Amino acid sequence: MTKNLRVKTSKFIDETYRISFKFNGKTYYGFKGDTLASALLANDIHLVGRSFKYHRPRGIMTAGSEEPNAIVQLHHNTSRTEPNVRATEIEIYEGLEASSQNCWPSVNFDIGGINNFLSPVLPAGFYYKTFMWPASFWKKYEYFIRKSAGLGKSPTKPDPDVYEHKYIHCDVLIIGAGISGIIAAKTAAKNGFKTLLVEEKPYLGGSTIYQNSEHFKINNQISSSWLEKEINEIKKIKNLEIKIRTSVAAFYGYNYLLARENLTDHFPLEQRNNKTRHRLLKIRAKKVITATGSLERPLIFDNNDRPGILLSSAIEKYANFFGTACGEKNALFTNNDSAYETAISLYQKGINIEAVVDNREEIDSKLIKETEKNNIKVYKGYTVINTSGYKRINNITIMKLSKDGQKVIGPKISIKCDCLGISGGWTPAVHLFTQSGGKLKFREDDQVFIPNKYPLNQISIGSCNGDFTLDEILLNIIKTLKEFLNIKKIEYENLEVRSSFNKSKKNIWLLPSDKMIGKTKPFVDYQNDATAKDIKLALREGFRSIEHVKRYTTTGMGTDQGKLGNMHALGIISETSGSKMEELGTTTFRPPYTPLTFGTIVGRNVGEYFDIFRKTPIHEWHIENKAEFENVGQWKRAWYYPKEGESMHDAVQRESKAARDSAGILDASTLGKIDIQGTDSSEFLNRIYTNAWSKLAVGKCRYGLMLNEDGMVYDDGVTTRLDENHYIMTTTTGGAATVLGKLEDYLQTEWPELDVYLTSVTDHYATVSVCGPNSKKIISKVIPDLDFSDKNFPHMSFKNTKIGKIKCRIMRISFTGEHSYEINVQANYGKSVWEKCMKAGKEFNITPYGTETMHLLRAEKGFIIVGQDTDATMTPIDLQMNWIVSKKKYDFIGKRSLYRSDTIREDRKQLVGLLTENPDEVLEEGAQIVADINKSPVEMLGHVTSSYYSPNLKKSIALAVVRGGKNMMGHKLIIPMEKKQINVTVADPVFLDKENKRLNA
Amino acid sequence: MFIINCPYCGEREQSEFKAGGEAHIVRPKQPTELSDDEWAEYLFMRKNIKGIQFERWVHTHGCRKWFNMIRDTSNDEIKAVYKMGDKPPIK
Ligand SMILES: [Zn+2]
Repeated sequence: MTKNLRVKTSKFIDETYRISFKFNGKTYYGFKGDTLASALLANDIHLVGRSFKYHRPRGIMTAGSEEPNAIVQLHHNTSRTEPNVRATEIEIYEGLEASSQNCWPSVNFDIGGINNFLSPVLPAGFYYKTFMWPASFWKKYEYFIRKSAGLGKSPTKPDPDVYEHKYIHCDVLIIGAGISGIIAAKTAAKNGFKTLLVEEKPYLGGSTIYQNSEHFKINNQISSSWLEKEINEIKKIKNLEIKIRTSVAAFYGYNYLLARENLTDHFPLEQRNNKTRHRLLKIRAKKVITATGSLERPLIFDNNDRPGILLSSAIEKYANFFGTACGEKNALFTNNDSAYETAISLYQKGINIEAVVDNREEIDSKLIKETEKNNIKVYKGYTVINTSGYKRINNITIMKLSKDGQKVIGPKISIKCDCLGISGGWTPAVHLFTQSGGKLKFREDDQVFIPNKYPLNQISIGSCNGDFTLDEILLNIIKTLKEFLNIKKIEYENLEVRSSFNKSKKNIWLLPSDKMIGKTKPFVDYQNDATAKDIKLALREGFRSIEHVKRYTTTGMGTDQGKLGNMHALGIISETSGSKMEELGTTTFRPPYTPLTFGTIVGRNVGEYFDIFRKTPIHEWHIENKAEFENVGQWKRAWYYPKEGESMHDAVQRESKAARDSAGILDASTLGKIDIQGTDSSEFLNRIYTNAWSKLAVGKCRYGLMLNEDGMVYDDGVTTRLDENHYIMTTTTGGAATVLGKLEDYLQTEWPELDVYLTSVTDHYATVSVCGPNSKKIISKVIPDLDFSDKNFPHMSFKNTKIGKIKCRIMRISFTGEHSYEINVQANYGKSVWEKCMKAGKEFNITPYGTETMHLLRAEKGFIIVGQDTDATMTPIDLQMNWIVSKKKYDFIGKRSLYRSDTIREDRKQLVGLLTENPDEVLEEGAQIVADINKSPVEMLGHVTSSYYSPNLKKSIALAVVRGGKNMMGHKLIIPMEKKQINVTVADPVFLDKENKRLNA
Repeated sequence: MFIINCPYCGEREQSEFKAGGEAHIVRPKQPTELSDDEWAEYLFMRKNIKGIQFERWVHTHGCRKWFNMIRDTSNDEIKAVYKMGDKPPIK
């Protein structure tokens, strides 16, 4: 039977607007303005989930984004489902369906709850220690762990919503619209700054806006009334933009911030179509004012995690803002004055309070006096030692604290309650400040970390800066803003502030108990079920660094990043190990401050916009002719052209055979092309390639190998001398951009005296490559005027000519080992030239081939592919390409490194060919190569880099790198595979036409 | 993310630039005359300091010019940028 705990009307809730929603399948009602948490509490529901490890029943704990327990799944099994949503943040709407996570089969009966009784055997590090061995069992363990501990289910259907990114530039950004943020925003905007104010909640005014007490007044008005007028004023300021439901996720250096603006999550589902759901704001601000407030701390005692235990400030907010009580018999437990603000609020609303338990002895506090005046019993110098009630708290036990706070003494007193508010004081929300590079210091008085050293152009104000009382906050803001914004006068200088808050606090990180710690469950991290006992265990086992303790106990590693309990974890470590808090420091706060959806992160970059791709001018032809495509860098390259019913293997074998038997045609437009001009071009090429270039005649082409300064092969390609001072260089498809960058680097920084100009012309030309014994006949048909005789147009030469009216550069160069031509034309003529070649080649069965056949053909010829047959550890000597390394040149990039002690070793991995004993057996690329399989450990000699079945040689061929391979010609080696061993013989990497007869045919 | 004042273009986002390692390491004029150790010193050894560091940067998605930057690596404050070949404006 559910009750209605709604009390006096709140102006923040519209009771004329009733909303129905479902929680765990049951229908409830709330009002416009409610969060899921407040609506559930008004229905007297606290139990909303199970804890991660022990599956203990857990209830709503907070009223904000720091919530560790009330984590729900929205719209389960639909395309809009979302896990890990905090019930304290989601605003209810008609048709909302939420369900508990981490409980199976239901929140009321949870099989994992048995872990709670097993907890003596489930200490910190349990998962690590138990499930790590034997390794082969991990898959089995994992299944059960995941099933019983999973945090929500990810969506399986496409996300129907639209997300976007937006850049914002402003003079002043203010994060947080509490009283500090409002004052800062008004001051900045009124002084002419283009100002942006962002607030994660759906309303402005922070916790002051629902503050109703006579004890906190500004200019003789209750602080909330005063602030309301300020808010109404700032809404009218033109150069101030206000964004609510916008939470800053990350604060990077140079005032660059990411924020998520939530636009439709509070709408009923049917109203969300065609609207942007989340907007990722990329904000660059000249100045940033952080006013993110502070988070109330819990208190750490035995069984402090039962449903019905909330932060004291949350109970106050539920009463004042949402107009709901959290229980009928409330108790409060505190070590500072904050809980009395709650007590007074509850009393005003007519909500019953059984008792306030205060760690402190007699304190001169106006708030305590008023509480006692209202006949509320205050236990001074007492502490809660235990609670009871499985699915809802029903009792607390308190005892007197010893003078030093280390022990409990005297008789136990039992107090019946169905709700307990706890307050351990306040922790400044410094997460964003530290993300931005700010450094903290520890303030001993009230045991808080506060901002110390700021990066340039930012400041923290209000309680995130460690100012907790209204008078302190206002006083410091005025001073800080004047200095930070460089303004002389500020309108708030003569405010009359009344604040009755007494700052005294009795800070005890782990409260004493009448039991041994081993017999208690004082939770520090609610979401990850880490207790004080776990932290002590970690310290006993030798962990000292806070970062290590965090990972071992998983404290602070949940989706809430331990916003509530991290300080206590530190405190307990400090007390146990004797290290100072200041020295321990905090763990790193990482972005995002609150979780972001993937949709927000990717924005519009989904589907075909996920990644850009480049297509050649001949791309459409490949599509029309049913090519399969391969990604090469950002390029889509035709991979092979399967005919009806052909497998990839069939197609590649057919294409490869046709290219050598008659003619093949390849789209080589993706090759990088760099235009090089200037009087020092030849000298420049001499310096960056391993071979000599000065004597290359105009009209001739040469293959070049480019090294890194460490001597390792970096790129290769053919460069053609177009004119005395004009070259065109080709690079690998993937290397085009980095090669250009590297060449520019040398020109600008090492050799600025060289007269050389580089221009990337990759996209300006289309390249059609025609190869095979009939290629000459075909190209002669396309360009009838040109003399194709070997004398006039020999291998490795070039001609400037025309195809009809189209100017073209034609090179007789070959990557396949066949007689072949590369025609380069202005990109937009590419497709027509391709089609001309196809037409001319029809009688010769000209066969289009893709990258796979290209790779096969060049492997038959033993040509390397940089990046496939090489990695960054292969020198030209390792590749057995000594012929290309000039001995005469005094210097070139990488030369000196070729005779370092390491690069001259004979037993380096060297490129060789491999032939399999069984000629039909094709090796797997990447397979390891060994000589002696019986030796233990087995010595790995190298691996297979390229492997194909050659239709032209009718056998399997492979390239490989093998340690000392150069001197192993004819040796037998073994390739051990999962279920077999393959015997291979080391061979010359050139498998076909070593004499180059085909090239010159 | 930094804002970098390119000496040729002015202030631009860091995403337009690429870092190119320590500055003022000159390629030896006669590499062949260096011992392995001397060559290794040029090739591999970098200071990687916490504090004031002299770095090379290039405006890749802009003017494509290389320039030098003085940056405090402890807080990412950029102290100065200056053209290749210029003397560092501060020590
Ligand atoms: Zn620039």
